Amino acid sequence: MEQFTLTLPSKAPQPSAVHTVLCGVVSSGNLEVLVEPLAARDTCEIVVNTSAHGFRDIWQAVLTDFAERHAVGGLRLSLNDAGATPAVVSLRLDQAFEMCVGDRA
Amino acid sequence: MTGRRISYFEASARQRLSGLVDEKSFSEFCPPELRKTSPHLARLDAPLAFDDGVVVGRATLAGHKIFIAAQEGRFNGGAVGEVHGAKIRGLLDKALLEKPAAVLLLVDSGGVRLHEANAGLIAISEIMRAVLRVQAAGIPVFALVGGSCGAFGGMGIVTRLCAEVVMSEQGRLALSGPEVIETVKGVEEFDSRDRALVWRVTGGKLRRALGEATMLVDDLIPAFRDASIDLIAKYKTYPLAPASLETLLAEHARLTARSERFATARDGREIWQATFVDAARVPELSVDEFNRQLGEQV
Amino acid sequence: MSEQLLFDRLFGADGHKISSEGLFLHGLAEVDGQTISVIGTRDHAAIDVTLALRIADAILHTVRADASTSPRPILFIADTQGQALSRHDELLGLNGYFAHVARCVDLARRQGHKLVTLIHGEAVSGGFLAYGMLADRICALPDAQVRVMDLRAMSRVTKINLERLEELAAVSPVFAPGAENYWKMGGIHEIWTARDHWGERLAAAFGSIADSDSRATIGNERGGRQLAASIAQLVADA
Repeated sequence: MEQFTLTLPSKAPQPSAVHTVLCGVVSSGNLEVLVEPLAARDTCEIVVNTSAHGFRDIWQAVLTDFAERHAVGGLRLSLNDAGATPAVVSLRLDQAFEMCVGDRA
Repeated sequence: MTGRRISYFEASARQRLSGLVDEKSFSEFCPPELRKTSPHLARLDAPLAFDDGVVVGRATLAGHKIFIAAQEGRFNGGAVGEVHGAKIRGLLDKALLEKPAAVLLLVDSGGVRLHEANAGLIAISEIMRAVLRVQAAGIPVFALVGGSCGAFGGMGIVTRLCAEVVMSEQGRLALSGPEVIETVKGVEEFDSRDRALVWRVTGGKLRRALGEATMLVDDLIPAFRDASIDLIAKYKTYPLAPASLETLLAEHARLTARSERFATARDGREIWQATFVDAARVPELSVDEFNRQLGEQV
Repeated sequence: MSEQLLFDRLFGADGHKISSEGLFLHGLAEVDGQTISVIGTRDHAAIDVTLALRIADAILHTVRADASTSPRPILFIADTQGQALSRHDELLGLNGYFAHVARCVDLARRQGHKLVTLIHGEAVSGGFLAYGMLADRICALPDAQVRVMDLRAMSRVTKINLERLEELAAVSPVFAPGAENYWKMGGIHEIWTARDHWGERLAAAFGSIADSDSRATIGNERGGRQLAASIAQLVADA
């Protein structure tokens, strides 16, 4: 497994109240995303734990894009990944974001 | 609720759980943010899940307090390791103290997690004892089986310890998986790639016809919910009595009769022929029609 | 060692009347002047539907016989290579037959029968789960083999390199075969040595039975299973 943490600038979400949520399942070609509130409101911390080694650049691009598209300041996203493609990662991150600002299921 | 109409088979453990219980009633014990992951998977450099593949907690179901555990079949085949098993065991221990109307086990598991096989085997034994203790205290445990991994290995035994076993047609319940039998005994003994055969030997309709499952429902989360609500009502009216010598002698006679009646059977077709007027049509029967015809036989 | 030699050593040559029928063992013996019931399997039995019914029948018979007297202790002899691997047995619901055995063991416990398992030969996965592992106290003879799966097969299934598994097995009791590993994890209470007086150890085992399932706590104390007890407690305290 390869692990790294990225801290990215981002705006705080509206509404400001967020839920802790877990989205997705760790299975081959898939990942789970745990979203939790963080003290710092202007940055998003993303912790990646992945079975695919050596794709740090691609992760950086996908995660930076995510932090730019959504207001995710004040959130920590923890990812357990079992070799998901960038498209699946993006989709799961979007779903996780929607769940954490939306009505809790 | 997005989970309400989706297939139970296709849904994740968390989707099943949230679609099953009363809206916003679930509170999770040992939630994923505590990060109680498996150190044994980590040592083998295998992917981790924050909930170690099982969700446990308390909720209400049609207003009744229940405890519930849902295994995630897509994470390591829902297999039981040290943390995963301890969460289920802890839930059952807690049930003894809090006395919910029922404990629901949403089983979706191949059995012991090989990466931590010894811990998993002991954990399943502990779960077995805990289920027996909870039921001896009059709290019924229901197993719900309709996920992609079914209920195999030790979790197949745990399932059958439960007072009720609710299955969908897609659910599978057995001890050894067909692949294991094929690997050891050869393809003539069990062709694991013959999906129709696997279904006829382990599937929900076969298990219901034998009485191994107590209810057969459609592959929909609301169908499992409705069945669970009916069962809670049943046990409210007729509380679960601890298994007595008489009930176990009766069960013994029933199991003996089955093994004598089907002494050479190797295919569910032989069970259909002995149970249904039109055996050939059994695979295509709707759940309602299957249940109706089965009811007429009993 | 044959069962009869084992029984001679456990109970003395005149202290037991245990017969075997195929792979099934059943009879009576004397421990500390008290009659006990002995139920088990032999010769690395693969437990199928028929054998499971025999075991369940023997337990129910013991419970019924003692319904109005003081319940006899029961000694389970576990020697099993695991569940029988057959389509016929799976079709009938072998898991359901094993669950029935487990319910019978539980009934015996609730009726006050003290339950001890002695592993003689081997104890493997499903066959061990059905009854041997459910006793109040689990003992193993010095040469007992206990496992879910050997490392070679485990490597094939998990796709983890065999050398890596062997390397880890040397330092961790968590997945590799071995009675010692199960002892460290609390799954076996005691391993007897060749020099022990087995009759005395058995009597002591019947005398040190706990009310509840303390295997997770024992596994933690012995350092082999450090999370099970605390995680179960964490959930119970939630």
